[in-house]
Amino acid sequence: MAGNHTLKRDKMTPRLGGFALGIFLFPLLAQQIDFLEHYVDVMVFAGIYSLAALGLCLLMGYAGQISLGHASFFGLGAYISGVITTKYGINPWLCVFLGMLVSAVVAFAIGAPSLRLRGHYLAMATLAFCIIVTIIFNENVAITGGPDGLAFIPGIGIFGYALDSVTKYYYLVWSIVLLVLLLCLNVIRSRVGRALRSIHSSESAAGAVGVNVAKYKIYVFVLSAVIASVAGSLYAHYLNFINPSSFDLFVSIKLLIMIVLGGMYSLWGGIVGAVLITFLSYEWLHYFEDAEVMVYGAIVLVIIIFLPGGLVSLPDKAKVLWAREDGGRRVHKVGQ
Amino acid sequence: MKTRFDFGKGTACLLAAIVLVSFTLIPVLEVRAAEPYKVGAVFSVTGPLSFLGDPEKKTALMLQEEINKGGGINGHPLELVIYDDEGDATKCAIFVRKLILQDKVCAFIGPSLSGNSLAVLAEAEKHKIPMVSCAASFKIVTKDPKTGEQWKWVFKTPQSDSMAVEAVYTQMKKNGISKIAIMTATDGFGASGRGELLRLAPEYGMNIVADEKYSRKDTDMTAQLTKIKGLAPQAIVNWSVGTAQVVVLRNWQALGMKNIKFYQSHGFGSRKNIEQSAGAAEGVYCPLGACNIAEILPENYPQKKVTMEYLKAYKAKYNEPLSSFGGHAWDALKMVAKALEAVGTDKAKIRDYLENNIKGFVGQHGVFNMSPKDHNGLSKEAFQMVVVKDGDWALVH
Amino acid sequence: MEISFASQLLQYTITGITVGSIYAMVAVGFNIIYNVTEAINFAQGEFVMLGGLVMVFLRVTLNIPVVFSLPMAILVVTVVGILLDRLAIKPIRKPSVLSMIIATIGASFLIRGAAMFIWGKNPFDLPPFSGRNPISLFGAVVQPQGLWVIGFLVIMVIVLTLFFDRTILGKALRACAVNPKASSLVGINVKHMVLISFALSAAIGALGGIVITPISLMEYDRGAMLAVKGFSACALGGIGSFQGAVTGGLLIGLIECLGAGLISSGYKDVFAMLVLLAVLFIKPSGLLGSVEVSKIKKF
Repeated sequence: MAGNHTLKRDKMTPRLGGFALGIFLFPLLAQQIDFLEHYVDVMVFAGIYSLAALGLCLLMGYAGQISLGHASFFGLGAYISGVITTKYGINPWLCVFLGMLVSAVVAFAIGAPSLRLRGHYLAMATLAFCIIVTIIFNENVAITGGPDGLAFIPGIGIFGYALDSVTKYYYLVWSIVLLVLLLCLNVIRSRVGRALRSIHSSESAAGAVGVNVAKYKIYVFVLSAVIASVAGSLYAHYLNFINPSSFDLFVSIKLLIMIVLGGMYSLWGGIVGAVLITFLSYEWLHYFEDAEVMVYGAIVLVIIIFLPGGLVSLPDKAKVLWAREDGGRRVHKVGQ
Repeated sequence: MKTRFDFGKGTACLLAAIVLVSFTLIPVLEVRAAEPYKVGAVFSVTGPLSFLGDPEKKTALMLQEEINKGGGINGHPLELVIYDDEGDATKCAIFVRKLILQDKVCAFIGPSLSGNSLAVLAEAEKHKIPMVSCAASFKIVTKDPKTGEQWKWVFKTPQSDSMAVEAVYTQMKKNGISKIAIMTATDGFGASGRGELLRLAPEYGMNIVADEKYSRKDTDMTAQLTKIKGLAPQAIVNWSVGTAQVVVLRNWQALGMKNIKFYQSHGFGSRKNIEQSAGAAEGVYCPLGACNIAEILPENYPQKKVTMEYLKAYKAKYNEPLSSFGGHAWDALKMVAKALEAVGTDKAKIRDYLENNIKGFVGQHGVFNMSPKDHNGLSKEAFQMVVVKDGDWALVH
Repeated sequence: MEISFASQLLQYTITGITVGSIYAMVAVGFNIIYNVTEAINFAQGEFVMLGGLVMVFLRVTLNIPVVFSLPMAILVVTVVGILLDRLAIKPIRKPSVLSMIIATIGASFLIRGAAMFIWGKNPFDLPPFSGRNPISLFGAVVQPQGLWVIGFLVIMVIVLTLFFDRTILGKALRACAVNPKASSLVGINVKHMVLISFALSAAIGALGGIVITPISLMEYDRGAMLAVKGFSACALGGIGSFQGAVTGGLLIGLIECLGAGLISSGYKDVFAMLVLLAVLFIKPSGLLGSVEVSKIKKF
């Protein structure tokens, strides 16, 4: 987990290459197998949630701050895109940009006062923010459509080429995921990333050597909000429908679960967690019918208990297990 | 012992692997009967709106069993593929696409919610597959509210909210009520009812003096009612589903506001609500479809027979009181089954049949007369005004 | 039957305090666990829900008088709280605040799902402890059950104050809250304290559920909403502060009811949240929270 902080560039390149290749091949393979065909559809949503999770990963894993308002930025993007394209017919990409701008301003307004202080204030401020935003979406029926939602949001295209099929949209979403992943990896390797790591290990020490702690935290919070906003816009144009309950506090919590289960100290963890939770909730668990909630809870518990570092730590764990099985030199401490 | 394998961890990994593999295998291992007629369904069976989807799913399963026991449809067994969207629009859209593209159903019923129905109706139109929604909003079937043009492939069985509001307002007007307060929940059901209450008020000469809201899970609505009390309207109309409408009634009684008449929406249509209001429901009015009041309908009422049969079968099978929502699924599935019997599995033919041949169809919630101009097929007579008397429904004449 | 403005104000206040008392109970439960573990227990609302439903089972189904069924219901939920610690929190190998929070979220799903299996999806009613005849008070009315709610909050505050001030166990819990490392040095078993904190907040949550069910009924999925309200109350009063939690809960109840009655019922939850934001920005440690304590905390 912690080791990923210091991953060398040369170790990253094959991983990224493999990731890109996997993204490219997935729909081609899925279409060959009958019961996997609609997995592409689920993967589009997994990609959208991956985006939101990536931003949150930066914020939580690297800046050590919890946000309970991430679904609201996701929702701001979705509603700005949805409302403006539906009511005024303005170019969707312009709305994506507008959503990013608004989210950045709002994130700054919330982040600036609460991130100057040490501690958990961001979590509480974003909780209040999230509840307020959901009520605003619900109450302004004339603009947002209220609780019944806003339907018939137009799709999105690139230079007049309509992305009107699941597979086309899949490639759009996952290309953006790849781009954002590269961006986030760069942030981590940059000055900001180093500063953040120093904050995470000891905030007072970082402050003492002259790192402007608050500035970097606000920077990351705004960045994560902007990424979530993009994800929201993509969601609106894909589903062609939005309603307030898709962006409420429980979605924020779902995003938290994603990154913690995936492994929040690694950006890959965000993606792994988002894909896992999306598939669990949209595809695999419904076979359990009424027991679904219980099974979901049990899976979350099992992962957090046995893999506190998240799923990305599984290969390392497996290696350790394997080594133990093999040589038996390392004796595992029982209990503790 | 040379090696020490952590059994806890090992078994956990193994279990996880088995579970994951079995998920992906389940669809493969499903045993398929010969040439079944496949019909899809998406309901909100669990989650916050389970009181809609739960009876719908139970009703659909009951009908499937009934049809297949009777030899199926033209010898073909009916195969229902039911998904639970938990009230989540994203999930609903994924399941509908799965029904269309993977399960290859020839028609589908549901979703349970108006919002979700609006979210997926474009899929039905795009893939040219008949959809019979179990949600109320008139927007679901109306493509253009100005011309009244209907969506080509979309139908719905519940009465529109406007019909319930009209039934309430008509009754109020008859009783000389014109100064009213409205209370609505801040969910889809409440918001849609609120819209219609506000829209139709001028037409019936209603003066709305208070427009109060509460959220579905609120523990107490005394504050809203106290405000209303100060404004002294002649009647209160409450529009919500679930526990909230019972809590509102109790607060209304506790505040000693019984001199202000209380009207509930058609969401109140379960005897359990009367029971749980602990006496507070006495004298409360609400508009209900025939299926809620089967026992008290006169013998010559056109729906008497079907509603009594449904009531008996449902009680025998599930041993719980009937709710009006299950009736919407009954109507939807019966219509589709009727179409399948007449024209087979051709989607376009099913659509044409639903549009043109559902005439005088006696359902749980009314007598349906579909037409190209009306993909709901109900009139406002589908609602009966009912009053709670001695802990049970009584017809208002 | 007119009602004067003063009576209306009084009515909003009475209702606000009643509703706020429940939020306060949830908030106190949050705080006890937070103080020892620094984690927010998202299953706190589930304790409330379980309290109500178990009580319905004992009181209505088994027809056990309130005097016996009330402590029994609390005991059952306390056992659930202990199990939560033993099965979900303690087994975590490297517990961080965040992994504990996610574990409680997972546990809350599990409990909610189990409750749905046991009780089904329908709401349940519980007869009030002393009738349904409202008491008139200057034109406003008080539900007898409302008095029970407020009464139990008062009792809880007194008992807990005595517990934290006068008993060794209570003092040990407080010591853990201030500095877990130092407390373990002086021989306090922090793991036991975590267990006790879960048991205690489960009991308090259960009490809240039991007293509110006759007013608002109870069903399997009500816990989440109460948890959110309780957490907001906690943050408003100052997270970690016992008095703060009670104050915060009552304030949120009052703001909601006054806001709904005097301004707009659609936006009533917004008012409470705006007050919370304002407090956070002006006095970040909450109304009664201490800046010193929050500095030691990691989360």
